[in-house]
Amino acid sequence: MDLYAFFFYFFAVLTVGSAFVVVFSRNIIYSAFALMFTFFGVAALYVLLYADFVAVTQLLVYVGGILVLIIFGVMLTTKVFSVEMKTGTLNLLPATLFTAIIAGMLIFVFSATDWNVVPDQEWDTTVYGIGALLVNEFILPMQVAGVLLLVAMIGAVMMAARDWTKLKSK
Amino acid sequence: MTSDTLIQFALYILFLPLLGFLLLIFFGKRLPRQGDWIATGILGVTLLLSLIILFVKLLSYPAETFISQFTWIDFGDVPFIGPISVELGIMLDNLSVIMLVVVTLVSFLVHVFSIGYMQGDVRYSRYFAYLGLFSFSMLGIVITHNFLMMYIFWELVGLSSYLLIGHWYEKKTASDAAKKAFIVNRIGDAGMFVGIMIIFVTFSTFTFEKIFDSIAVGTIPFGSEAWLTAAGILIFCGAIGKSAQFPLHTWLPDAMEGPTPVSALIHAATMVAAGVYLIARTFTIMTGDALMVITYIGLITAIIGAVIAITQFDIKKVLAYSTISQLGYMVMALGTGAFTAGFFHLVTHASFKAGLFLGSGSVIHAMHEALHKKHDHQTDPQDIRNMGGLKKKMPVTYLTFLIFTLAISGVPFTSGFLSKDEILAGTLGFASVTGHYLVPVLAFLVAGLTAFYMFRLLILTFHGDHADSSRENDIHESPGVMTIPLIIFAALSLWFFYSFNPFGASSGWFYAAIERPMSVVPSVVQPVAAEVFKDAVHHAHTLAMVLSILIAGLGILFAFVVYHFRRVDADRLKNAAGPLYDFSYNKLYFDEMYDRSVVGGTMGLSNLSKWFDDTIIDGIVNGSAAITRWWSAFTGRFDNVVIDGLVNFSAYFTGFIGLILRKFQTGKVQTYIVFVIFSIIVFFFIFRTL
Amino acid sequence: MTYCIAQIPQWLAEPGLTHFLVISAILFSLGLLAVLTRRNVIMVLMGIELLLNSANINFIAFARYTTLALDAHLIALFVIILAAAEAAIALAIVLNIYQQFSTVNVDEVSTLRE
Repeated sequence: MDLYAFFFYFFAVLTVGSAFVVVFSRNIIYSAFALMFTFFGVAALYVLLYADFVAVTQLLVYVGGILVLIIFGVMLTTKVFSVEMKTGTLNLLPATLFTAIIAGMLIFVFSATDWNVVPDQEWDTTVYGIGALLVNEFILPMQVAGVLLLVAMIGAVMMAARDWTKLKSK
Repeated sequence: MTSDTLIQFALYILFLPLLGFLLLIFFGKRLPRQGDWIATGILGVTLLLSLIILFVKLLSYPAETFISQFTWIDFGDVPFIGPISVELGIMLDNLSVIMLVVVTLVSFLVHVFSIGYMQGDVRYSRYFAYLGLFSFSMLGIVITHNFLMMYIFWELVGLSSYLLIGHWYEKKTASDAAKKAFIVNRIGDAGMFVGIMIIFVTFSTFTFEKIFDSIAVGTIPFGSEAWLTAAGILIFCGAIGKSAQFPLHTWLPDAMEGPTPVSALIHAATMVAAGVYLIARTFTIMTGDALMVITYIGLITAIIGAVIAITQFDIKKVLAYSTISQLGYMVMALGTGAFTAGFFHLVTHASFKAGLFLGSGSVIHAMHEALHKKHDHQTDPQDIRNMGGLKKKMPVTYLTFLIFTLAISGVPFTSGFLSKDEILAGTLGFASVTGHYLVPVLAFLVAGLTAFYMFRLLILTFHGDHADSSRENDIHESPGVMTIPLIIFAALSLWFFYSFNPFGASSGWFYAAIERPMSVVPSVVQPVAAEVFKDAVHHAHTLAMVLSILIAGLGILFAFVVYHFRRVDADRLKNAAGPLYDFSYNKLYFDEMYDRSVVGGTMGLSNLSKWFDDTIIDGIVNGSAAITRWWSAFTGRFDNVVIDGLVNFSAYFTGFIGLILRKFQTGKVQTYIVFVIFSIIVFFFIFRTL
Repeated sequence: MTYCIAQIPQWLAEPGLTHFLVISAILFSLGLLAVLTRRNVIMVLMGIELLLNSANINFIAFARYTTLALDAHLIALFVIILAAAEAAIALAIVLNIYQQFSTVNVDEVSTLRE
């Protein structure tokens, strides 16, 4: 087993294992922290796939941004000092059953399909290529994404900053 | 001027209203005068550009079709299917160019009118923003060259119509009407979507021209003419919804809850005409059978609308039903093959019906002000029984309203006469070729009814004495911004804009510009050929003209006898008609019918499942002991066992269904997702073997 | 493609496209499970993030092993952008829900049903 395989299995286990904790932990704070390890693991998998830029973006955006947001959400909506941290479940039996079937289906399809694999591509850093694509073919999506982020930012601020006491008294 | 300039102008026309919408929706409240001048100015510019395009196109390039397109998505060569690509683009032919002018003209004048009518409204800027959105989407329908954009803009006009009907959403009736319009339209649009998908699956393209060409060389959906007919009828379903054709016409009268200028723009002149325009666009692929369906749907709609309009008392309801009736007329004309006449009626109808609505808006405005002054909030300002004698108080409104009424009744020297006459000639020609004589007979009947109920409306509103003499002095003519659009529409309702000969439009520019397109469907299912039909119409023309003048005259005379000179008492007529009157007054009970069947059906199903729950399941639990005893007492007797078994089984079975039905209605999103996942799994196992 | 049992150790020893796809399938299922079963909205959101991550792993894996190349990286980047926007909006909504109903359990927030 070479080093690549070792790292792959290490991070794969890290990702999947912490994802299990995310889903099955009863305590939402544990879930949020396990989610961080999942994101780290996924970023490491990206590195193993020669996707350096995406991996760094994953760390920056997911771990630095989204996760912090989520933890804020947890803190602001949960009574930390009471037992309310536990989260309940819904339709546990059918959902688990169907999810298991879906998982089986996906794994079956993924492994049974004869993928058209191009063997042994060796890549340099992807940053240059991504930058070139972003200002050429993908210029419109990039602009649209920028506008979207702006809209989302303004919208989120507007919604979160709404004064509810005032609205209710109306 | 080259074709490139025209295309550029068309793009300006399309996107300027969108710009206006964006400006007003975001900054409307902060702009001076809440930005009404921006919206109106933009529509003025688009009107000017459309007029330029119209003149250049008709004078310099009368026979050409300009298309400008780009490939939006290119799927390349898809296995098993072949190349698929989706193009977006615009098309300028005579049809769309004329329609551009109609839409921008009506929209511009309605904008001007609204400045007066909507003054002081709480959401003034938003109203103009939505008008801009509507204009954008309607212009999109007009100049698109493919089904995909047609569908997108189709939904957008539905949305803007929803927003505008519900403009005064604090009123329950208005928000209900908006929802009704949206949902009923969606039923038709679902059909249209299926039709478009049949076309797309077959031809792998949305572009009109490519589809027409493919059919012309013999490719038809699934190799059978029946599918082509089905596709045509399904696409027509969209027109049934939007153009308020039977059986989906019930939303249009309710839509009158919106502001009156909106009714003029959307629910009289442009959006509801979109259905007619859709049929005109896709006329080439309509088979004979599909056209027959279209003819009869149009005919039924025309009669229903006319019959209901006779007995209504709300001024806007009368106009709404008359719109339904006239739309049925246009649809019927296209169905019979009188393509030019149908489209011509769309254009003339747009001006005089928009005028009628704006005129009624002017009347309602005046009534409202007068009632407001007396602090009378009980009296309905839209009920014609509360009006009368407005002739002296509102001379401009009266004169223009008279011209519109003459036009819609089909009196000579008006535009309505020209187009209606052509349609009637078309139906006569159609009957003589195909033998469907019911069509012209009922069409003439509708023409007579139209003249009658329109003059009834005119006389009750403007002639005679005012219902309440104490408020008569408070009624004033509307301001200039409201009367000037009326005058322009009145001028456009005269004959000389369309043809210099007041007794026949076939020599005018309109007939030179719009010609019935060649049908491309296989010859076995083709409609009556254009030449044969033209011949038949030509023979029927004089007869149609004489008859139509006679019948319109009769209708008008009758209206004057009953309502003006009061020689025949209206109440006695009503009593004589008995149940027929009630039938018409209650709108043929369509709303009640839909309430009972569709809405009631859904409620009934839920009640049924509740009943299953309460009776059967509880019954099983409570009665299980009794049943066991009963069961053991009669085990020896075979027949009873069988019956008992059946009873038990059916009870259990119904209980089981009740249980399942109840499970489906949890209101929890996640449960619904579980169902989605379940269906994905089922689909996977179904299609895995394919 | 068929496998025989003797090949499995060798297959395991050489991580390839399928390995990554399987990881993503597992992540997808876990995310789906969270979305389906959790009552807490924030848990549902975490599930959605897992789903997006699994999709991204697929994109990047295909970029590495097929001719999709850098286009897939860009798509993955856009997915991340969308995820960021979605998380911000969703949490703003969650805060509003919490202030309105004093709960973040999805099944208790059903005013729209009435």
